[in-house]
Amino acid sequence: MEQTVNYSADGATAYNFAYLDEQTKRMIRRALLKAVAIPAYQVPFAGREMPMPYGWGTGGVQVTAAVIGPNDTLKVIDQGADDTTNAVSIRQFFAKTANVATTEKTTEASIIQTRHRIPEKELREDQVLVYQVPIPEPLRFLEPRETETRKMHALEEYGLMHVKLYEDIARHGHIATTYAYPVMVDDRYVMDPSPTPKFDNPKMNDMAALQLFGAGREKRIYALPPYTKVKSLDFEDHPFEVQTWKDECGMCGAHDSYLDEVILDDQGNRMFVCSDTDYCTERQEAGHRGPQHHDQPLGNAAREKAAE
Amino acid sequence: MTQISNPLLRVDNLTMMYGDRVGCKDVSFELRPGEVLGIVGESGSGKSTLLRSISAQQEPTKGTVQYNTRIDGVCDVYQMSEAQRRLLMRTDWAFVHQNPRDGLRMNVSAGANIGERLMAIGDRHYGNIRSNADAWLGKVEIASERIDDLPSTFSGGMQQRLQIARNLVTSPRLVFMDEPTGGLDVSVQARLLDLLRGLVHDLNLAVIIVTHDLAVARLLSHRLMVMQQGKVIEHGLTDQVLDDPQHPYTQLLVSSILQN
Amino acid sequence: MLHAQNVAKSFTLHTQGSVTIPVFQGVDFTLSGGECIALTGESGSGKSTFMRMLYANYTCSDGSIRVFHDGDWLDITTASPHSILEVRKRTMGYVSQFLRVIPRVPTLEIVAEPLVALGAARDHAMDKARDLLTRLRIPERLWQLSPLTFSGGEQQRVNIARGFIADYPIMLLDEPTASLDAQNRATVLALIEEAKGRGAAIAGIFHDHETRDAVCTGSFDVTSFKVGAND
Repeated sequence: MEQTVNYSADGATAYNFAYLDEQTKRMIRRALLKAVAIPAYQVPFAGREMPMPYGWGTGGVQVTAAVIGPNDTLKVIDQGADDTTNAVSIRQFFAKTANVATTEKTTEASIIQTRHRIPEKELREDQVLVYQVPIPEPLRFLEPRETETRKMHALEEYGLMHVKLYEDIARHGHIATTYAYPVMVDDRYVMDPSPTPKFDNPKMNDMAALQLFGAGREKRIYALPPYTKVKSLDFEDHPFEVQTWKDECGMCGAHDSYLDEVILDDQGNRMFVCSDTDYCTERQEAGHRGPQHHDQPLGNAAREKAAE
Repeated sequence: MTQISNPLLRVDNLTMMYGDRVGCKDVSFELRPGEVLGIVGESGSGKSTLLRSISAQQEPTKGTVQYNTRIDGVCDVYQMSEAQRRLLMRTDWAFVHQNPRDGLRMNVSAGANIGERLMAIGDRHYGNIRSNADAWLGKVEIASERIDDLPSTFSGGMQQRLQIARNLVTSPRLVFMDEPTGGLDVSVQARLLDLLRGLVHDLNLAVIIVTHDLAVARLLSHRLMVMQQGKVIEHGLTDQVLDDPQHPYTQLLVSSILQN
Repeated sequence: MLHAQNVAKSFTLHTQGSVTIPVFQGVDFTLSGGECIALTGESGSGKSTFMRMLYANYTCSDGSIRVFHDGDWLDITTASPHSILEVRKRTMGYVSQFLRVIPRVPTLEIVAEPLVALGAARDHAMDKARDLLTRLRIPERLWQLSPLTFSGGEQQRVNIARGFIADYPIMLLDEPTASLDAQNRATVLALIEEAKGRGAAIAGIFHDHETRDAVCTGSFDVTSFKVGAND
């Protein structure tokens, strides 16, 4: 990727392309190459201070900055939505520092940065999914020593992961972990897809798109190359299951998507809507209707209004 | 007919130096299946250093530790790959710490504490793991209904018994114990001793137990090693060493016990 | 069954200026099946020490003590700890004056233990333990309690029950009737007679003449081997 210098509207020298300097991007790319070569292995990288606080996706932003080019089209989602603060500000960040095209449409994006969800629509080989990760180490819950967790990964000692799942069943009668649900990658490394809901775990398996994970605070990068085997951990007598909903999406009537619960009023009325706003919108445009759909304009504010 | 069984563990000329300071020096012995070896001596005599070196927790400066593994036969513990050694340590070996907090996971339930070793060796059936954990709670005299409680809600004696259950669930053949009755009340100690003795007998466990309590050594161990300044100064049948000690230090040690 | 040759014993007390106290030397002693030999000698003559040496509880300063074990003669002064433990488990029983047990263990278990260790069925061992405790008049209500709470005489009888539960070929008895009343002493004498009857070789220290005269087939005076006895 060529070195590009952007100029802001008033002509003063502004940011390097995609904010990070070229040396930093090279460093991150090297980490990414290693991560792709060893699926789910956590590669340390010299994470930079970004102009946003930790927890706002600094890891994902650095990964995106390292892989994005001028011809890319970027989509950013927080939960499944393109229009939340975090998603909007990251999208604007790259629009400003890299001058790239942005989109809310899954099919149009070449890079999708996400905080939680994987889009409902199946991703393609020419797409890259970048995850923002708060805690990359799946063993951290039970083993606080980094030296020990690294050794456990190296020696494939993963009994502890099942201790966590055991605790879930003992306390709740079933595996109650609903997000950051640990997976075994390529029959070798256990990985934390945090904080993705387990609903999306099956989508990670054998995905056509490249999946990159960046943890800013802990300065770790890991990756799943296209078509990698990803299996959710479970017990023989308590097999892995994804969440299901009795309801359908109130707006588009989808039965197969991840639904968010929306409280409508002080009387406890509520509705369920697709967390993936693009998916929901597309379905509505194609004429699908849910029970709460009253053919109003779309968008969160409008939905709330619609429900009144 | 005398039962001749091959040694389970063989220690040769084990020496641990900390710079110029001697941790333990030229220790050699064999341990057979089902045999309980007591190591006694005052604080700083090198007994804990010796235990750590034998149990693969601290590589000695000199000497070898050989163990008769179930699958590969006799292996030098420090020549194994780290993966093999760690597997050995969590399957065929067990380590009971003086402070149960060092041997338990305090933030998961009693059941999970016991089940961990099973899951570590690939047991993936929740129901089996749980019933196994439950059976072990019974063996160490902890009520079934405590299976989902955190160890931090247990008394010191219960925690120690839980630690023992957690260690024995994989049917190890060799157990290392470092002052297992250390911080416990006398009445709680008695119960633990009784339990340990029963388990050692029923499971035919080989045990190396470090203690400074000669009464504990007498009740549990077949053989006794007396250590002073890092060296084994007397070694033999437990009651012979305690009732007819030959070495000046052992005589001093034995005569220092308060009688009751 | 047991053959001691040229046995000597002295204690070196390192804590008291390394003074060496000779006890006896040149002891030759033989014990055969069906015999009950009383070890005699005044207090301090070393008869208790000698008996402990026969059990390998004390080391030998000189000489050999050979025991017929598993069809072979084994010198317990040089045998490995493993071998000695095997001898004690299967060949040689010892009724001491002291009850050394883990607190909390029920009396019945303690009595049955040597037989269980020999591989007997648990039920059988328990039955035999009940039988012995009954004969020795330990009330049934005490069987599930630890003997550490018992009186001296009761503890002594528990010790005897434990010592007699397995049919050892060799038995060493250290003042088995010391603190017993007449009835219980009679029971112990009967037990000794039964052991003799099945061919056991018995050596004992008995504090009273009546007991000694009643069961012993011979006596052995340790005093004559005392170092300096004839000086």
